[in-house]
Amino acid sequence: MNKEARATVDPKIVGLVLLLLLLTTIVISAIVGAYDVSPSEVVRTILRRTNLMGGSPSDPVADELIWYVRLPRIVLGVLVGASLATAGAVMQGAFANPLSEPGIVGVSSGAMAAAALQIVTGFAPFGIWTLPVAAFIGGLIAVAVVYSTARFDGRTEVLTLILMGVALNAIAGAFIGLLAYVADDSSLRSLTSWTLGSLSQSTWEKVCIVAPTAAIGIIGAICLSRTLDLLSLGDRAARHVGVNVERARIQVLLVVAILAGSAVAVSGIVLFVGLLVPHVVRLFVGPRHKYVLPLSVLFGSVVVALSDVLARNIVEPSELPLGVLTSIIGAPVFIWQLRRLRSRQGGWA
Amino acid sequence: MSTITAQNASLEREGAVLCSGVTCSFSSGELVAVVGPNGAGKSSLLALLAGDVEPASGSVNLDGRSMRDFAPVDLARQRAVLTQTNVVAFPFSVREVVSMGRFAWKSRESAVDDTAVVNAALEATDIAHLAQRRITTLSGGEIARVALARVLAQDTKVILLDEPTASLDIKHQEMVLELLRHKASNGTLVIIVVHDLEAAASIADRLLVMVNGHIVADGSPHQVLSSALLSEVYDYPIDVATSSLTGQLEIRPKRSSSTKKQP
Repeated sequence: MNKEARATVDPKIVGLVLLLLLLTTIVISAIVGAYDVSPSEVVRTILRRTNLMGGSPSDPVADELIWYVRLPRIVLGVLVGASLATAGAVMQGAFANPLSEPGIVGVSSGAMAAAALQIVTGFAPFGIWTLPVAAFIGGLIAVAVVYSTARFDGRTEVLTLILMGVALNAIAGAFIGLLAYVADDSSLRSLTSWTLGSLSQSTWEKVCIVAPTAAIGIIGAICLSRTLDLLSLGDRAARHVGVNVERARIQVLLVVAILAGSAVAVSGIVLFVGLLVPHVVRLFVGPRHKYVLPLSVLFGSVVVALSDVLARNIVEPSELPLGVLTSIIGAPVFIWQLRRLRSRQGGWA
Repeated sequence: MSTITAQNASLEREGAVLCSGVTCSFSSGELVAVVGPNGAGKSSLLALLAGDVEPASGSVNLDGRSMRDFAPVDLARQRAVLTQTNVVAFPFSVREVVSMGRFAWKSRESAVDDTAVVNAALEATDIAHLAQRRITTLSGGEIARVALARVLAQDTKVILLDEPTASLDIKHQEMVLELLRHKASNGTLVIIVVHDLEAAASIADRLLVMVNGHIVADGSPHQVLSSALLSEVYDYPIDVATSSLTGQLEIRPKRSSSTKKQP
């Protein structure tokens, strides 16, 4: 028997391990930082703030810090990681191409450009929802452009896809540069911290805005599991076995735009999470989306939450932008994975 | 009874005429081989009959209903299609890929047991021993048999196959032809595109000869296959003889002895 035929790991075990990792990361993230707090203070703050426990805090500074700074940041990190990883898994499945990711192919850039336009113009027809709506529309336009131009005969060519990403990133980059030129000081600052991907301005308000859209996107993605499996046969064969490819395509575009838009609205562009997470998950449990999607949600959360702990603590008291960190870790791992997978699969068409 | 009829159907792409005024009709239990030179429009005809593309003019009907009136899932319960290339993007196991052929039946109650159908398809194509292997670790011929198994697992009354034997060794070629013959005898409409004229002559009930998007001959192998027609169609001198031993047609290009170096 060929060694590639080895049995995959039980998805339940992988899920359990990832869940434990996520909880550990959340606890670490809550207690470490410029001002260390104890785990029991974290628990007491949560219980008090959710009215499950009475009394007043022994350390009001720690209480405020935990509730207004660290916890929303952790929750947003989890949402961003889950959204990006899921978007990556859906794109890879739908494009039948293991190199798709919202950042690399320019979907995040499209979302970013639209969101930047909203910030600079201040045009807000939907109140606090305007920013995620703008990001969603920008992401939708970008993913539709990528989808329609990088496909030939029902498959995406790896090279065309990457080059489309280069082009879209360049266009979006130029547009954002133009906006930065006309922006005033305050919008320029938020633009800059955004472009590099950061969770530093996390609030509960942002959580409330982004949590529902991320949840819709993730549930939508999981509902597409079976279709995504079948699309790996290519559009034509998928249609032959009964998939309504045109409908599936629209569903995929919407789901990816919602997820990438949610993530970008919170933290700007965070690269490589959407690429790496589904790859690693597939190595453990195989390619079935029924397992890949939910486990990518968990693993993506772990990766971004953990990266954020590092981003906050490596260069104390300052902090690294999150996107810088995921790229530093992600890009070399990506190159290594690419080589490995390429030689193992005998190249990609 | 399943029937497919094409009425004066034409197909164009980017100004090139791929099929032109094709009229033909097929019914259950027939094994039809489509032959002709490269670029004759054989695969395009198959795409029309499969409902992959709409004819630019004319019509293609399945059981009296226009192809475009079928939802993809309804069409998938009626006809299965084997295309020439069968790349699977991710390393699914062979069993998983073959099970994908069951998709159209999963969404509705079906009396047939999915596992049994998949097992039978794996057996019929001689890949049962590969069931747990990842598709990405297989050879070209093995991948072709997995795709064929997926088509069989779809369990339809109409099967359209584009060069099902192209990448197979001689044993598996014969096995697949035998299997298709058996399917047709049990009432399935089987339409195949092939290049091997002798194989086509030996298993098909009916032969369609295509040139430049037209059907130029349609009939039993003995009616259709003549030295004159084939030589003209392929633009190359071809001999047709009936074997005195087996009664089968023997089809050979005329080769002058001087083309091979004498030792």
